[in-house]
Amino acid sequence: MKTKTPRWRKTSPLSYFLLATITFLSIFPFYWMFVVSSNTNAEISKSPPSLIPGGRFLIVAKKVMSAEGVFFSNALLNTFIVGIAIALAQVMFSAVAGFAFAKLNFRGRKSFILFVVGTMMLPSQLGIIPLFMLVKNLRLIDSLLGLIVPALVTAFGVFWMRQIIDAQIPNELLEAASIDGASVPRIFISIVLPIIRQSSFVLGLFAFLAAWNDYLWPTIILQSPRHFTLQVALTQLKPMYGLDYALQMGGAFLATAPLLILFIFVGRRLVSGVMDGAVKG
Amino acid sequence: MTQLQDVKGGTRAPLTPWKKKKKKEEVFPGVRSLNGRWGHLFVAPFMIMFLIFGLAPVIYSVYISFFRWDPLGGSEFSGLRNFSLLLADSDFWLAIRNTFSIWALSTFPQMLMAIGLAVILRNTRLKGKSFWRTILLVPNITSVIAITIVFGQLFGRDFGIINGILDFFGLNRHIDFIEGVIPSHIAIATMITWRWVGYNTLIFLASMLAIPDELFESASVDGATKWQQFRFVTLPQLKNTITFVLIVGTIGGLQVFAEPQQLAADGGSSKQFLTLTLFLYNQAFVNNKYGYAAAIGIMITFIVLIISTINFFITRKISNDGTR
Repeated sequence: MKTKTPRWRKTSPLSYFLLATITFLSIFPFYWMFVVSSNTNAEISKSPPSLIPGGRFLIVAKKVMSAEGVFFSNALLNTFIVGIAIALAQVMFSAVAGFAFAKLNFRGRKSFILFVVGTMMLPSQLGIIPLFMLVKNLRLIDSLLGLIVPALVTAFGVFWMRQIIDAQIPNELLEAASIDGASVPRIFISIVLPIIRQSSFVLGLFAFLAAWNDYLWPTIILQSPRHFTLQVALTQLKPMYGLDYALQMGGAFLATAPLLILFIFVGRRLVSGVMDGAVKG
Repeated sequence: MTQLQDVKGGTRAPLTPWKKKKKKEEVFPGVRSLNGRWGHLFVAPFMIMFLIFGLAPVIYSVYISFFRWDPLGGSEFSGLRNFSLLLADSDFWLAIRNTFSIWALSTFPQMLMAIGLAVILRNTRLKGKSFWRTILLVPNITSVIAITIVFGQLFGRDFGIINGILDFFGLNRHIDFIEGVIPSHIAIATMITWRWVGYNTLIFLASMLAIPDELFESASVDGATKWQQFRFVTLPQLKNTITFVLIVGTIGGLQVFAEPQQLAADGGSSKQFLTLTLFLYNQAFVNNKYGYAAAIGIMITFIVLIISTINFFITRKISNDGTR
């Protein structure tokens, strides 16, 4: 009965088996995108279907890129521009406001915070019709700016930054700087920003991923295929070509591959970002 | 509202809730020696953008829900007519049914799987911790459209792998995951679960890691089984996280749009997977009924608020019983 490992700490092989299963299920759809897009429809439709990649991926990729009326490479570029612009803006606005909410004593500070957090409970589709009317009046319909401008700030971003600055920057540090005569903007730029660099990067990643994968808003305001983002462009691969699984899946794979590559480098940071933001206890 | 008026009216009422809050602000956690006046300047860019693109549309949405509002024609005040029409609209109730069915089919299995996986990952002796955690997040970065394309193929009636597997086990039914009501809900719920289970696992794991090891050790010394440890040590500590995940899941569940829209833009031949947000989208941007669609948005918000309140009380009750 007396073993070196306490009973509650033992890892059963079942744990590894379950984790391996989950890993398989998480990866399989990506693998399957590649398998389908590199095989002929006949290979996929037979029973049992081919489970290994065929040799047609480059042909299909070329077909996706040149599909008539879809402008896939435009979409790739558009999505990059929108994603980067939104990520940079959200980090900037959130850091500035989050710093004020965490460290500065000003009138109405607490009520502002409560107000911002309160609105986070509202579902986003509540204001979507007036937002559409507003963007239309600003003449931003069917433009990338129409995607970027409404997403420049989010309540979530500010709240997240407030928590981060509150947790990572000791008051004493800022007090010392202010006694040395540094102004508030100076303190923000030379003390706060360098400390929160890592967390800003994580927030930017979240914003980038959300913008990359957004579908509802782009499909509402984009009209001409040249302005489409990847998600909207992907839906265009469907109706025009009937049930050409290879083409659709090739598109899906090409639209996802950049994120998978990005994930290889930043996956761990995203994990800690998600876990840091979780409610503890 | 009354609080705002009190501020405008000066310091007339001495004991309003507003006053109390002002007193609480005395315990300010930030840095005293910094000039607070900068605060307004620092939050101004965010607040202005937020008011224009976040709050104003929400308020205006309430306004237009009282109108028959056609973007091409004019608009006409119609009181609560949109709401009474909505309550009499069979599509609305169908959308509620579908949304809740999909929500339940995705939320509860997801929750159980996430908690189970988090328990596995909580184990300090587990090898490759960082790897498993990272892999779990992969589905979450994938776009809904790509997921719908892949799963749509996997769930295919004639050549889909899932029917193929069922076939292999002798369940030779060729389930139509698009035409069938429950099968289509299962297909959509699977896509949602696949995308979110890892994310929620990490949320639960974070809150489990906050439970001190000593609690498990002493429970183990007292002879508690693994299940008892989970039931009486882990679970009561998770009540806030469960509430959080349920509320976020509910808000997300009421926003399900891309999956059903990709399967069939009108929500299926018998509207078997018309969800509330798809219903709203179609009324607003296909049928141009802005007022009516705004009313749907308001009903969705009410549902979120009601469910959040219920969630809150239920989880509180359960965890109180659990600690006893």
